[in-house]
Amino acid sequence: MCGIVGLHLRNPELYPRLGELLTGMLCEMQDRGADSAGVAVYGDPRWSPAGSVAVSFVPDAASTALTSGTSAHEAAATLTAALGSPVEVVDAGPTLVAHAVASPTTAGASDVVALRAAVVASYPEALVTGFGDDVAVLKGVGHPRDLATAFGLEQAQGWQGVGHTRMATESAVTAGGCHPYAVGPDQCLVHNGSFSNHASIRRDLRAKGVAFDSENDTEVGARFVADRLEAGYDVETALKELLVTFDGFYTLLVSNSRSFAVVRDAIACKPAIIAETDDWVAMASEYRALVGLPGVAAARIYEPEPERIYAWTR
Amino acid sequence: MDALSTETIDSETVGTETVGTARELDLATTPLRSLNGLLHGREVEGHAPLADEPVVIRNPRGAHSVAAGLDRPLQVTIDGHVGYYAAGMNQRADVVIEGNAGVGVAENMMSGSVVVKGNASQSAGATAHGGLLVVEGDAAARCGISMKGVDIVVGGSIGHMSAFMAQAGRLVVRGDAGEALGDSIYEARLYVRGTVASLGADCVSKEMRAEHLEELATLLKAAGFEDDDPASYTRYGSARSLYHFHVDNASAY
Repeated sequence: MCGIVGLHLRNPELYPRLGELLTGMLCEMQDRGADSAGVAVYGDPRWSPAGSVAVSFVPDAASTALTSGTSAHEAAATLTAALGSPVEVVDAGPTLVAHAVASPTTAGASDVVALRAAVVASYPEALVTGFGDDVAVLKGVGHPRDLATAFGLEQAQGWQGVGHTRMATESAVTAGGCHPYAVGPDQCLVHNGSFSNHASIRRDLRAKGVAFDSENDTEVGARFVADRLEAGYDVETALKELLVTFDGFYTLLVSNSRSFAVVRDAIACKPAIIAETDDWVAMASEYRALVGLPGVAAARIYEPEPERIYAWTR
Repeated sequence: MDALSTETIDSETVGTETVGTARELDLATTPLRSLNGLLHGREVEGHAPLADEPVVIRNPRGAHSVAAGLDRPLQVTIDGHVGYYAAGMNQRADVVIEGNAGVGVAENMMSGSVVVKGNASQSAGATAHGGLLVVEGDAAARCGISMKGVDIVVGGSIGHMSAFMAQAGRLVVRGDAGEALGDSIYEARLYVRGTVASLGADCVSKEMRAEHLEELATLLKAAGFEDDDPASYTRYGSARSLYHFHVDNASAY
């Protein structure tokens, strides 16, 4: 089944409440999937401070514990040595978030590549869950409410967050099978449904040299979008191509630092609801996930139509 | 020739206003099972039994299965948005939802009425055998899927695959219909005022005869849309070419 939530804040006065609001949304959707969960948070000052690059990782991808099993302090020392410049690591339950100061000249692009390489070299068993200038991506196996507590999600701040509660159908219940799939810089994708032709698309992408972390169908969707974005497409064009390439059932929420987009397949049997106010745009699998949002009673509430791309840009 | 239903609709039972003696039940403080137990006429610990007084349900907050499975003449008003299967399997009760409804509102309704003041999500009135479902706003995909005798009146438009395999009953749409309306339809009658994006297999437009105009006028009046001109609607129904398998039709299935 799976549950999706997303919140894109328009009013900066709400940024300090992002984690609190996202926690409420995520936990309301735990009935739709309680084997694992994940969130992506854009702009949290602990995880991805302004002027830094951040890489989120689960040190042991096979672990199902609510803790990473690795000391953040030791990880910081290890990564500082590997990178050759200071790295800070924040403990977020099963996930660790490493960040390092971005050099002003490169606008962060090469810094995030270097930090990611340092993580992969130092922790060969790790799953990199997300990377970029602004995003922290936290994943784990367990009950969504327990995970939200383990992540420290309630204290998170920022301008945008997405979350997913999983009921596994297509691959193992591990951190690697958790959404969001964040496979390009500051990108992230969550999915309710299943892709039926993911194996052939995976084969095509592998032939182009794309590497995969899991056997999960959604990862193929995320890698496809990342591949198109890297080729210079904008999010809407990439999703239009996804619509004609992927078979199956899906409601997708696709985000990056600047944008937030929702798309459903032609049959549209996987639920979705969107609510908008002057202060925020929110999307969820069900309306009940939105009831705690400030001003929801006056929100414009609608169901996204099939095969139509809804996108908002900051 | 179509066999017109002989059932009549009691317009007075629809959208009845609750009077001052209504019993208020708050879902913020009452568990859903307790609430539905009271509505079913069962004894629920900590609550006075519910006789036949009108009921107002506060704080539904998108909960699933609110007022599902009712089987007595009760007036129930739900003050807000509801989740899945609201008023599902309804018999004899008259339920008004003062907001939007999630998936499967009034699914498998047998009798009574359900009025949604806002919009309804997919599969509204699915498989329903009787009663009247009114959606004052829009209804999403698969409205009236496999309907078996229910009357559905939608104030706005409906989504794709509506009235799929509809067997009996009437579906009235004051706005437009999405793709594949009435695919594989049996004997339900569909009345659409606006445009139809496309018709499903074996669904065709049909002549509006006097009995259809009369039937439609009755349905519109029951739903509170009596000012509409029935002649501005088009009737759709089954071409009856797919009832029995014939090899020449194989490509149409």
